[in-house]
Order: sequence, then C-alpha cells, then structure tokens
Amino acid sequence: MAKPAKITSSSPVLETRRPDVEADGLARFAGVGSFLDDRVGLAKIARFGLRKVFPDHWSFLLGEIVLYSFIVLLITGVFLTIWFRPSMMELEYEGTYQLMRGLPMSEAYASTLAISFDVRGGLLVRQIHHWAAILFIAAMTAHMLRVFFTGAFRKPRELNWLVGVGLLSLSLIAGFSGYSLPDDLLSGTGLRFVDGLIRSIPIVGTWLEFFIFNGEFPGDALIARLYMVHILLVPGILLALIGAHLTMLVYHKHTQFPGPGRTESNVVGYPLFPVYMAKAGGFFFVVFGVLILMGATMQINPVWAYGPYNPAQVTAGSQPDWYMGWVEGAIRIMPNWESHILGTTWSWNVFLPGVGLMGLLFTALGVYPFVEAWITGDKSEHHLLDRPRNAPTRTALGVAGMTCYGMFWLAGGNDILATQFHLSLNAITYFMRVAVFVAPVIAFIVTKRICLALQRSDRERLLHGSESGIIERSPEGRYSEAHVPISHGEAWTLSQHKQYSPVEATPGVDANGVPLPGGGVSRRRALWSRRFFRHDIPKPTRAEIEEAHSHDSHADDDVKALEH
Amino acid sequence: MRFLSSRRRSRAAKPLLLAFALFVTGALYAGFAPATQVSADAGTSALVAEGKALFQVSCSSCHGLNGEGTTQGPSLVGVGAAAVDFQVATGRMPMAHPGAQAPRKQNTFTEHEIAAMAAFVAALGPGPAIPEPPVYAPGNLDERAIARGGELFRTNCSACHNFEGGGGALPNGKYAPSLRGVEPIHIYEAMRTGPQQMPVFSAGAIPDAEAAAIIAYLEELHAQPSPGFTLGGLGPVSEGFFGWIIGVGGLCLIATWIASRGARAR
Ligand code: HEC
Ligand code: HEC
Ligand code: HEM
Repeated sequence: MAKPAKITSSSPVLETRRPDVEADGLARFAGVGSFLDDRVGLAKIARFGLRKVFPDHWSFLLGEIVLYSFIVLLITGVFLTIWFRPSMMELEYEGTYQLMRGLPMSEAYASTLAISFDVRGGLLVRQIHHWAAILFIAAMTAHMLRVFFTGAFRKPRELNWLVGVGLLSLSLIAGFSGYSLPDDLLSGTGLRFVDGLIRSIPIVGTWLEFFIFNGEFPGDALIARLYMVHILLVPGILLALIGAHLTMLVYHKHTQFPGPGRTESNVVGYPLFPVYMAKAGGFFFVVFGVLILMGATMQINPVWAYGPYNPAQVTAGSQPDWYMGWVEGAIRIMPNWESHILGTTWSWNVFLPGVGLMGLLFTALGVYPFVEAWITGDKSEHHLLDRPRNAPTRTALGVAGMTCYGMFWLAGGNDILATQFHLSLNAITYFMRVAVFVAPVIAFIVTKRICLALQRSDRERLLHGSESGIIERSPEGRYSEAHVPISHGEAWTLSQHKQYSPVEATPGVDANGVPLPGGGVSRRRALWSRRFFRHDIPKPTRAEIEEAHSHDSHADDDVKALEH
Repeated sequence: MRFLSSRRRSRAAKPLLLAFALFVTGALYAGFAPATQVSADAGTSALVAEGKALFQVSCSSCHGLNGEGTTQGPSLVGVGAAAVDFQVATGRMPMAHPGAQAPRKQNTFTEHEIAAMAAFVAALGPGPAIPEPPVYAPGNLDERAIARGGELFRTNCSACHNFEGGGGALPNGKYAPSLRGVEPIHIYEAMRTGPQQMPVFSAGAIPDAEAAAIIAYLEELHAQPSPGFTLGGLGPVSEGFFGWIIGVGGLCLIATWIASRGARAR
C-alpha cells in the first residue's frame, strides 16, 4: 500500500497576525524584567519576539545548526587567540614535541604546536574549532539547499537569500584564512595555490600578489594580515550579516510546508516562548555536544605531522578543506591552456577554473531568484513552501548544479580516489573532464522525470484514492484492488499548489505603437517560460475529482479492474 | 727504463706482459668488486649456485636464465643484492601477474633462499649490498637528529609518499605505497635501489647517517599516539567526509527527532 503523503503535525494553530496572543510567560521574569523594561522597554521587544511562531520541520533546524556552530566558533576562537602568535618570524623549536626539536619554523607554527602540546585542553579546543568550521559551512550549504529546493527564496525573501549568498562567500574566506594561520606545510601549500589564483588574474595579478603578500610569496607579512582578516574583519561582517539575516527572518516570518490549516497568511507552529525556545536552546547544547565529541574523538588537521611550511617541500594528498575542494578539482582537471599576448601571460588553466568558476557559482546563486521570477512571471508573495516535485525544473536544476559541484569535488580528491579504489589517476582525470559536463545533464533529466512521476502519482491519489492492498475477486472471477479515498487533509496537501502557465509573448506597444507601461513579454522570455513549465502534470480539477469519485464508487469497476 | 726498453723485444716479453696485465686486472677487480665477491670462498659460491638454481625455477621466466632480462622483465645485471632482498622480502617478486606495478604481498621464500638469490644476482654485476643493522638502525640518534630526519623526509619523500608516509597516487595507475609497518631494512634498500617509479637515493645524495635518521623518524612518527581516530590519515578529504556524515548527518537525525516531538505538557 502506497504511503500517504505526509501531512504535518497537530501543533496548535497560531495566527501570528493576531494581536491579542498573551506572552504570559513574561510574568515569570517580573523582577529583572521590570527593571529592564523600565529602562529599555524590554516588554515591548519581548512581546513582539515571544509571540513569534516557528513551524516544526527538521529541515528548518539546519539554519540553527549553522548559527550554533558559529557561536561555538566564536567561543573556541577566543580561547585560541590567547596563545596563538600571528608572526612569521623564524625561530628554532624547543618545545615538547620531540619530532620537531631544533627545526627552524615560524612563530605562528611554533605557537600552534604549543597550543596542541603545552596548553591544557589546547588540542581539544583546536580540534573543536576546526570541526565547528567544517560543520558551519557544511550545514550552511545544506541550509541553502533546503531554501533552494523549497522555493523559500521567492518573494518577499529574495533579499534574505542575497544576504545568505554573502554569508556563504564570506564563510569560505573565514574558513580559508583560519586554515592558513598555523603556517604548516599543508596550509602553506594551500596559500601557494591561492597565490597562483591571484597571479592568474590577467594584467594585475602580479601587482595584486605583491600587494597582498607584501612582496614575493611567501613574504613576511601574510600571517599577520590573515589573522586580522580571520579574527576581526570577516567575523565582524559575518555577525552583522547574520543579524540582518535573522532580523529579516523575524520580519518576514518563517515559511511553512503546505498542509491542512496552513495558508499564505498564517504561520502554524509552536510559539517561540516557551516551547520553541526550549527546543532551540536544547538544540544548541546538542550541537555543542556533538562538536565536543567530534573534537575529542576524531583527529583533525594534525599540523605536527605536516611539519613547518617550507616552499621547497610538498606532500602527496595536499588538499584544502572540503569547501575549497571543488575549486581544487577544477584546477586539477583543467587542460593546460595558456596564451601569451603582447608580453603578458594569460593563464587560462588557472584563471578559468579558479577565479572564473567561483565567480560563476556566486553570480548564479545571487541572480537565481530574480531569473526564476522573470521566467515564471510570478510576482506574488509566497509563505507556503513548494514541495520540490511541484517545481520540477527548479528541482532538476538544483540537482544538476549539485552534481556538477560534486564532480568537481571528486576531481579534487582524484589522488585519494586513485589510491583507495586502485584506479588510474589519468583515467579519473579524463573521466572527470567529461563528467563535469555530462553528469549534470543526466542528473537534470532523471530528476525531472522523477518529479513528474511523483506529480502523476499525486494526481492518481487525488482522483482514485489510495490502494487498499485488498484484492477482491468478483463472482465472475475478476480480480480488482479496492481503493480507499484519501483524507481531506491529504487531499488539500496534494492539491493546494498553484498551477502555473507559461507567460505568453506580448508586444511592448499597444495598437497605436505607444509603449505600454509594464513593457511587453519578449519572445525569448516566453520561450524560457514554456521550457520551465513544460511537461508539468496538471493537477485534477474539481470536476475531474468528482467525476472520478462517483466513478470509483461503483464497486464492480470494470475499467479499473482492467487497469490494475 | 733502459732495462725495460732493452728487454722489450725479448721473446718472453709478450706472454709476461699478458700475465702481468691479467694479474693487475684481477687484483683491481678483487679490490673494487662488492663484499660478497671479495670473500668468494667455497661457502659463497655454493650459495650462488643454490641461488642460481632457485632463480632459474622462480624468476627466469621473466628475467632470463642468467638474469639478462626478457620482454617480461628487466635485466638484473648490476641491480645488486639489496634490490633482490627488497623485492623478494616485501613479496613484490616473483611478480604474480603483469600490471602497472608489482604490489607488496606475502613473501613465500625463507631468509636463506632470499640470501641465495641475492648472492646470485650480486654475482652478475656489482650493485648495492644488503646492509647490516648498524647502517640503517644505529640506535644512537638523538631527538634533534630524528627531527632532522623528518625534515629530510618531507624534502625528499613526502611528495610521493605523503607527509606521514601514508602513500599517494602517481600517474597511470602507479602509486607510492604506504610506509607504515615497512621494515627499516627495506626502507634503506628502497632508497638505495629505487624500485620502479621511485628515484635512487644514492649514498652521495643521502649519506647513511641521514638515511638512518629518516628511518628513525618514520618509526617514531608511526609510534606517536593520535588524538582520536585518524580517519585514515588522508588529510582534509576524509575530514570533510566525516564532517558531513557525522556532523551534518548526525545533527539532522537529532533535528528530525526534535521536530517530531510535540509539546506534551501544553
Ligand atoms: C611475471 C614476471 C616476473 C617474475 C616471475 C619475476 N619478476 Fe622480477 N621483475 C619483473 C618486472 C616486470 C620487473 C620490473 C618492474 C617492477 O619492478 O615491478 C621486475 C623487477 C625486478 C627487480 C628490480 C630491478 C631493478 O631495476 O631494481 C628485481 C631485483 C627482481 N625483479 C627480482 C626478481 C626475482 C628475484 C624473482 C624471482 C623470485 C623475480 N624477479 C620474478 C617481472 C618478474
Ligand atoms: C617519485 C616518487 C617517490 C619518491 C620521491 C620516493 N618514493 Fe619511495 N616509492 C615510490 C614508489 C612508486 C614505490 C613503489 C615501488 C614498487 O612497488 O616497486 C616506492 C616504494 C618505497 C618503499 C617500499 C614500501 C613497501 O611497501 O615496501 C619504501 C620503503 C620507500 N619507497 C621509501 C622512500 C623514501 C624513504 C623516500 C625518500 C628518501 C622515497 N621513498 C621517495 C615512489 C617514490
Ligand atoms: C552564517 C550563515 C547562516 C546562518 C547563521 C543562517 C541562519 C538562518 C536561520 C536560523 C534561519 C531560520 C531557520 C531555517 O529556515 O533554517 C534562516 C533562514 C533563511 N536563510 Fe539562512 N543562515 C545562514 C546562511 C544562509 C545562506 C548561505 C542562505 C542562502 C544563500 C540563506 C538563506 C536563508 C533564507 C532565504 C531563509 C528564510 C527561509 C524561510 O523563511 O523559509 N541563509 N537562516
């Protein structure tokens, strides 16, 4: 028997726009509360905040994982700054780690060794900090994907999506700058990689390199500069942007999945206080706890094994942290193209996959909400999320994008794939050169087909109900499976979505040749729109459903018996 | 001089000169040939003969009856006893089937048999000898020397073998194997004989003392405790993998659980 579509929750309906919901929890804060209320008007702020309602769905907690790992990053980061010394001054190591005794190294690397081996709890905090960074960006990516696939970026939340894209790009910088601070062999190799990216920028590359590194790579200023970027500049901007992000979230109210009782003008869920607060507060400790466990049991970035950075050395398996892996992969599989024009060198082999691809990803992310709105011609506000199957083209595009990213990502680990799975490095490289183009197309087609099949099965359930799993034999010996009608709640969930039709091309001028105020719809736009909605399965009309139901109610349904 | 020039045309001169030249060549050869050859006593030649017999059974199909090489395998003239000891004791030879690279596997020969084949191959032409323990494991290295061994390892070896000797990929299906658990003597022999893609690091490039420091560093490094699971020791790739699986995956499971709990005491 096919599983019924999930309809969400029996949680209390709260009309958030209703002004009279009492924040009765506040009374308990009387003492401190009234003190603060008299001075900063706490009650008003709190009543506004505490009356918020937050819908329940696990994927809405992804954003919280991001937020909490950011807080963990701040806490552990402050601990690390107490001992870390951002200096490239060379010294001879005399600390406790014997396998480095007497080697020349930078002060930054020596202090990282000291944090690892001489500061009580230092290694644990270092590992928590690094795991939190990995989790921060991973959860952020997952959060972004959930926003994408559910269409939560649509009007009125486009700006918040843009803030999110900013957060993502800054987080990459935050992660990379932190990763480079210890000045070990691996991070130094990573910096060399970035040095290459900078140099590959046509014409100005070399100047930029000298500006950033204060001379030729590696220079003597970089660690101190990265330190400033890592602990002041980027976290400062991140904090401000996260503030803006959450403020907008509160202002727009959270979206919700469609379901009975859920409309575009209400939010169904638990009130922020006390239920949601308890859940969220508890979840903070869960995230912190998981990070501590990871830091305590899983080794990460063993800088003492990498050794101090030395431009003459390199190690097999030099990879960046995961979020830069796709750029690494693009550079690994890029054919060696280079041209010389008027005495200047144009390193396409580094510039296109490195700088070009990163620019492409963030531009594509930034413009997507606007491009989609242009294609669909949809100008209405959305507070109910899309079920991904109901936007097949978007879902397929998203999966295609993920597949392309994933292929680049795999290419970034081509040597690890080669050694772990006994494959030829060259074969992997040639394969990936093709796969980054072909795999997304296949993914697109397959995903779209799956979405359409799901749409079809939704339509089937609406029209004929769900299979009961009971096979009946009629007196004449015919077999048929009885269908039971689905609940009203499920029927609503399956049919609430809007059925879009492609925008039609219209001339931009009226019959007299006078330009129309809104402008017309160009042919190209109409074409894209048709492509976007092509193949969508129309949801059944009221008449069709009634038709089907009256038809189904005949017990000896010959047509159905033949069909199944 | 006048004595020599006056007798130069004597009838005995030619045979005498020939005998003298032979003597000098033989003496020179004895002086420069590897140790196994110098003490070419009855025991060694018996060993060589035994080795030859073994070689002809196990190895000649590829390397030729006298190690001269065939289309299936290279000539072994001048590769030295160390190469045989390394290749056979690590199970690489006899090669089981042709492939990109002979993999390490279980060695089925006894120490004596290996020594015999090594003696036979060494007799084909001079090459690096099997080292004695004081050469590769002198046991008197202080921590600074060992730390310096680490620096040498990172300079000379980590580009192929990875920073902690975890191994790495090379083009066309070849690879530098992991060095964990490799016997010190085999590390030394690998450096001196340069198997396959690996370059030869002769005593001129890395003197014995430095080779011993590299070996000691690897031993020490692999004996270090690690702070938690090493996740395969593959660096950021496995870290990212586990970050996603355990971090994001685990927390999503917990999030699902939290979201599915209603507020009971309402
Ligand atoms: C199936 C064919 C085959 C057999 C059998 C075989 N070898 Fe080899 N051997 C090779 C090939 C091919 C190479 C070169 C590639 C390599 O080193 O993996 C080689 C390389 C070697 C080398 C290294 C040469 C160098 O330049 O350092 C030695 C030493 C050696 N073999 C010894 C032996 C001995 C001893 C035996 C018998 C126990 C043996 N081989 C059996 C195919 C074979
Ligand atoms: C150009 C890459 C390269 C460099 C540099 C290199 N190796 Fe190797 N090494 C290899 C390859 C390839 C093999 C595998 C050879 C084979 O299987 O026949 C190997 C094998 C070995 C082995 C044998 C491991 C085993 O599984 O039995 C040891 C030991 C070794 N190398 C040590 C070293 C040391 C020490 C250095 C530095 C002084 C070094 N290597 C430098 C490529 C390299
Ligand atoms: C520092 C990084 C980030 C933090 C701390 C963060 C935090 C949050 C939180 C807590 C929520 C509400 C819960 C949820 O829906 O998951 C949220 C919602 C949202 N986030 Fe983020 N986020 C970050 C990055 C991003 C990124 C990279 C994007 C997209 C590019 C993005 C786009 C959005 C949007 C559009 C919403 C509204 C979703 C809705 O109402 O359904 N955010 N964010």
